[in-house]
Amino acid sequence: MYLDAAEHFVRAPQWTWYILFYFFFAGLAGGSYVLATLLRLAGGPRDEPAARLGFYISLPATLICPILLTADLGASWTRFWHMLVDVTPGDTGLNFKYWSPMSVGVWALLFFSFFVAVSALDTWLRDRGGRPAGILGSSVGRVFNVVGAIFGLFIASYTGVLLSVSNQPVWSDTWALGGLFLASGLSGAAAAITLLVRYRPDASFSLERLRVADAYFSILELVLLVAFFATVAVAGTAGRILPWLPLWIIALIGIGASMMGIRQPARVQASGESAAMAPVAMEATVVSVLVLIAVLAMRAAVIFSAQ
Amino acid sequence: MASAIKPGEAYGFFTDTSICIGCKACEVACKEWNQLEGNDAKFLADSYDNTGQLDDQNWRHVKFIDDVPVQTVDAGDGKAWLMMSDVCKHCKHASCMEVCPTGAIIRTEFDTVFIQQDVCNGCRNCVAACPYSVIAINQKTGTAHKCTLCYDRLQGGLQPACAKACPTQSIQFGPLAELQQAADVRLAALHSQGISQAELYGRDDKVYGGLNAFFLLMDKPEKYGLPNAANAGLPSRNDLGGYLGALVTGVLGVVAGIVAFRRRGAS
Repeated sequence: MYLDAAEHFVRAPQWTWYILFYFFFAGLAGGSYVLATLLRLAGGPRDEPAARLGFYISLPATLICPILLTADLGASWTRFWHMLVDVTPGDTGLNFKYWSPMSVGVWALLFFSFFVAVSALDTWLRDRGGRPAGILGSSVGRVFNVVGAIFGLFIASYTGVLLSVSNQPVWSDTWALGGLFLASGLSGAAAAITLLVRYRPDASFSLERLRVADAYFSILELVLLVAFFATVAVAGTAGRILPWLPLWIIALIGIGASMMGIRQPARVQASGESAAMAPVAMEATVVSVLVLIAVLAMRAAVIFSAQ
Repeated sequence: MASAIKPGEAYGFFTDTSICIGCKACEVACKEWNQLEGNDAKFLADSYDNTGQLDDQNWRHVKFIDDVPVQTVDAGDGKAWLMMSDVCKHCKHASCMEVCPTGAIIRTEFDTVFIQQDVCNGCRNCVAACPYSVIAINQKTGTAHKCTLCYDRLQGGLQPACAKACPTQSIQFGPLAELQQAADVRLAALHSQGISQAELYGRDDKVYGGLNAFFLLMDKPEKYGLPNAANAGLPSRNDLGGYLGALVTGVLGVVAGIVAFRRRGAS
């Protein structure tokens, strides 16, 4: 039930910088893992280096998440584990509320971290050449990646749902935030992989595909952004997002830059892979940086609109 | 309240704003009993209210709402300052309790909503959820604070400090069923006197399943900063839409990725 002409008398939770960067890295971590899995499973053998980049990126991006979340607790930071374990005297046990995205998200982050860590180790071993099929083997490894990618999709999206499952203006007036954060996270992950290709030349084969994928994700993001604006306008709280117009513009610039990627592969093909690589890499770098800034700006605009 | 306070029975407040005189005895008594230090002194230059809001240091807050017509030369239409001693509503369906990921927020044996200070870890999800702006974080403890409905006093058979101190009986404490009866009688009396705008807020289940701390208001709820029945939604109302939006996006995103990565897959 979304509220028509919603009236809000709620206090802002003061989720600011730690949470903003948590949302950013959660999007990158989940998105990178998903893209890495798709590159490995749907792409050809020459996409494997880019897939490995994705698995590597998801590791630090995931590791920083609990640090940011714990730091955000302030004076109670030593109780971060209370999210998982109910320490109520006489009623101790594990905490899990399927209707509370924060509760589900903590468990999802825990399980996702396991998949990320194993996949990163697996990738490292493959890169060293000792075990070409990784530590899990080919078929088990694929299933493992798929399950991890499902967790990745959740990690990249639940943060938006978490905001909606509140009584805050803007956040609770829309259904679009979960999808918006996911599309943006996927786009940001494609940009992050693209940026790091320079350190792994054998992954450059996948650059064009990443740009096309990024463009598709950006179309999704644009549609969801329109849905977000529409739902908030219907609820009568659009006035709260207007002061953050510069951040929205930055987000739109990132989306626009990504969408240009739809036209790009034809030119690359026409001019030949090796000849086109350098200028494409330069342009891709600029676009990728714009996209990552846009990912951060969009989240900042959403977070600060309600607070 | 003459009868003994018994665990297992539902207790609450009936706050009759029609007889609140804005003396703030409730605020003082609350701070005294609960040893709340209070915030730094502020001058808000807005009525006699310098408390401003409910927060971790103010578990009772007497609101002064300017309901006087702008053109004071006219008859006034019976309008006056609206005063209301605001407090945690101890909702039957409590938004804070619904979203709390640690299990810190519980319903006590007196059917009140209580934050266990040794369990709370300051995640602030309850702050984002409470539609009445009741809960706030204490920076020293890093935990969420609000009215406990004097849980410790109830356990000792004493009524809450604010109700005890209220000189006009605007704040009444007792078993919920008795309070609801008293409220019905009071409302009928006001209506019979021609005060048709008087209404009960939270007496029935239209707002968060009913409030253990409910009110008699002299104007619309919105005037007092209270969401009306149409706006009283639990956070979980957005679970389905939010997850569904994410799910559809996830499916489309995966399909888009497959399409992008399978292009020229044989090359």
